[in-house]
Amino acid sequence: MLFEITSAALDAQRLIDHVRKDESGAVALFSGVMRNENLGRRVLYLEYDAYPDMAERVMREIAGEALGQWPITDVAMQHRTGRLEIGETSLLVAVSAPHRKGAFEACHALVDRFKEIVPVWKKEVWEGGEEWIEGEAVNRSG
Amino acid sequence: MKAKVRLFARLSELAGTREAEVDVGEGLTAGEVYHLLCRQYPALSGLNGSIRYAVNGEYAEPEHSVGEGDEVALIPPVSGGSDAV
Repeated sequence: MLFEITSAALDAQRLIDHVRKDESGAVALFSGVMRNENLGRRVLYLEYDAYPDMAERVMREIAGEALGQWPITDVAMQHRTGRLEIGETSLLVAVSAPHRKGAFEACHALVDRFKEIVPVWKKEVWEGGEEWIEGEAVNRSG
Repeated sequence: MKAKVRLFARLSELAGTREAEVDVGEGLTAGEVYHLLCRQYPALSGLNGSIRYAVNGEYAEPEHSVGEGDEVALIPPVSGGSDAV
């Protein structure tokens, strides 16, 4: 398992290599990429803030949940902080499994869960303004 | 007795700092730490409904006790990843 909050560019191949085991027949990789618009605004760049120690701990917890729920062999997650330009990767989630079904399902669920509870925040900067985007408040970590 | 408070994202911009210290006396709850912090940083007032608390890096209820050396974080709704909310 590998969980990282980093200001450096993310490296998908490193995560794929990390989660692949000899018993893995599948590796699913999700890559969250910065796009050029949101809510009709032309986004110039994004800035991510995080609570790194806690974020890495929460990532480990949700990976543990996934390992208990799906037949998967390993999980790795990375989120980038600081300023990101269009086309750059903000989030990587890699899951290995003996078969593709478990890898796809667990990867999808982990991305959703990440966005619910991992303490990372995004600021959008567009022409003429900026705003911290706040997701839906969740009452309990579950 | 002092506890450390950590602020992120919009909250750190409102307060103009990412870290603060509050005197927790003989002990307070996380919610009480927030109210005390609002006296030092009035711009943080009125956020009760939207923030969550973490004590020593774990999500905690507002009633969670806070003592000497603890680290309290005010957690606005998170927005990691790349999609629209």
